Amino acid sequence: MFSFILKRLAVAIPTLLLLIIISFLLMHAAPGGPFTQERALPPQVLANLEAKYGLDQPLWRQLASYVWGIVAHFDFGPSFIYKDRTVNEIIAQGFPVTLTYGTVSFVIAIIVGIGLGVAAAIRHNSWLDYLAVGISIGAQVLPNFVMAPLLLLTFTWWLRWLPGGGWEHGQWEYMVMPVIALSTSYMASIARLTRASMLEVLTSNHIRTARAKGLPEHKVILRHALKPALLPVLSYLGPAFVAMVTGSVVVDFFFSTGGIGRSFVDSALNRDYAVMLGITILVGALTILFNLIVDILYGWIDPKIRY
Amino acid sequence: MALLDIKGLTVRFDTPDGVVTAVNNVTLSLSRGETLGIVGESGSGKSQLAFAVMGLLAKNGRATGSVTLDGKEILNAPPSVINPIRAQKIAMIFQDPMTSLNPYMRISDQMAEVLVHHRGMANAQAVAEAVRMLDAVKIPDAAGRVRLYPHEFSGGMRQRVMIAMSLLCRPEILIADEPTTALDVTVQAQIMTLLSDLQRDFGMATILITHDLGVVAGFCENVLVLYGGQVMEKSPTDPLFAAPSHPYTRGLLSAIPRVDQEGEELDAIPGSPPNMTMEPKGCPFAPRCTYAGEDCEEHLSPLTEFAPGRFRACNRSLEELS
Repeated sequence: MFSFILKRLAVAIPTLLLLIIISFLLMHAAPGGPFTQERALPPQVLANLEAKYGLDQPLWRQLASYVWGIVAHFDFGPSFIYKDRTVNEIIAQGFPVTLTYGTVSFVIAIIVGIGLGVAAAIRHNSWLDYLAVGISIGAQVLPNFVMAPLLLLTFTWWLRWLPGGGWEHGQWEYMVMPVIALSTSYMASIARLTRASMLEVLTSNHIRTARAKGLPEHKVILRHALKPALLPVLSYLGPAFVAMVTGSVVVDFFFSTGGIGRSFVDSALNRDYAVMLGITILVGALTILFNLIVDILYGWIDPKIRY
Repeated sequence: MALLDIKGLTVRFDTPDGVVTAVNNVTLSLSRGETLGIVGESGSGKSQLAFAVMGLLAKNGRATGSVTLDGKEILNAPPSVINPIRAQKIAMIFQDPMTSLNPYMRISDQMAEVLVHHRGMANAQAVAEAVRMLDAVKIPDAAGRVRLYPHEFSGGMRQRVMIAMSLLCRPEILIADEPTTALDVTVQAQIMTLLSDLQRDFGMATILITHDLGVVAGFCENVLVLYGGQVMEKSPTDPLFAAPSHPYTRGLLSAIPRVDQEGEELDAIPGSPPNMTMEPKGCPFAPRCTYAGEDCEEHLSPLTEFAPGRFRACNRSLEELS
């Protein structure tokens, strides 16, 4: 088990390196640059700016010094657009916000999603099942860029219950709408996955054995059916968690939460190479980490998996 | 009084192709300590008969008729009635030992929960009892292996575990649904010997569901032959083998390969089992029966006793068959 984790972490390093190189090259291949503006800068000014940020160097040297900065000093470089801020500062400011509302959304999506899915499966073809399926289809087809303005209209404009935006160090009234907007579609996917796999597990032979043992239905579900039913859900949860904690542009945009989802999109539009690479590496590293955690959890649930 | 009394049991399934009548008006009784074989080919309804008794029918299945245990009605009983009967009064082992145990739980947990739930035992005590039972089914090093998971056992060993698990509460009836079908031949013999020994030691009544007449001959006092969900013949085992009274039973017996008759071709029964979605009418075996007349398509005589303890359902008299 321990050697398995070490091995996976060792593979993570070249994976991340490859991710850096490819993103770096793709970004530089895109036309334009951080200092391209509608009114062209005087050539002398542009040359000075490029010299300051090292953009006049050959590409391989830029790449090498970037990677060296990360490895040696954990320094992701300065932002090309916000003159006095480094990438580390931008991430340090935005990521805790995203991590907070992302984690809360994740926990709520799991609890409600699994609960709804299990309830629908054990009451298969009843009104509860149809209601749960209806809710999850509705939640899945309603995109969050539609949901977010609807939430704002309802809770801020009409009911005047909740503030329309901001973060205020994560006070709950600022968190409610971002969490609803972010968690709903994940909750729906989890519910549908759980329902389908629970329905399948409930027809399996070992569940019939559990019933033949005279166990009450809740014990059959909780002790015998839940674990195998959650295996397919688990593999969905790793990538879903990463997607949620690395933020949502839509949430940051509509609720002005100031997370890194917004910074990521802005950096791409502005060709802010350093910020964009920094966030890409963060997402990549988290993806690798959570896939590893999912694999470890798999081994814990399924005794047939041994590392 | 019989221990288990089944009267007019009919099991129907709603399927997209129509209503399937899997078990049709079956009546039988089982007394204490009796060994009864239920024989039939695939699709004859023998497993569904057992599932109906245990209340384990699939959701689209409906059972009508009556099943009484010690005079108490248990067919379609609510969980509060049927759950205490399962495992404690009637236990069941299944066809496929590879999938019938929970692959995600240790054997110790799967066995102990039966005693914890029904007998209120503490877990440690229940595990100790489970080890004793694993010893009884001759699993070597039971104390060590009780902590293993099902996939760490072979098929035969898993079926032993299933048997041990089913006997934990000393049930009065054990229903064994093709317990050896999924196992290879040498293991089959071991499992049947084990079941036979346990049946003698524990004295429980046993219903053995099988398509293998050879297994029945070695194990059961009485045999019930099922075809198309209906009882064709019911008899003590020895006279049934000596003089089968029903054309279907005769067909089955002559289809058994014999080691003492070399080179002869097997007498297979012509045709194939009936389509169960049709509303049952007449004798289900009529289309494949060499003795069938037009009347057989229309109606089937009820099960009647033609010799002490022997019953048959056939329009042709015994004389006509000889």
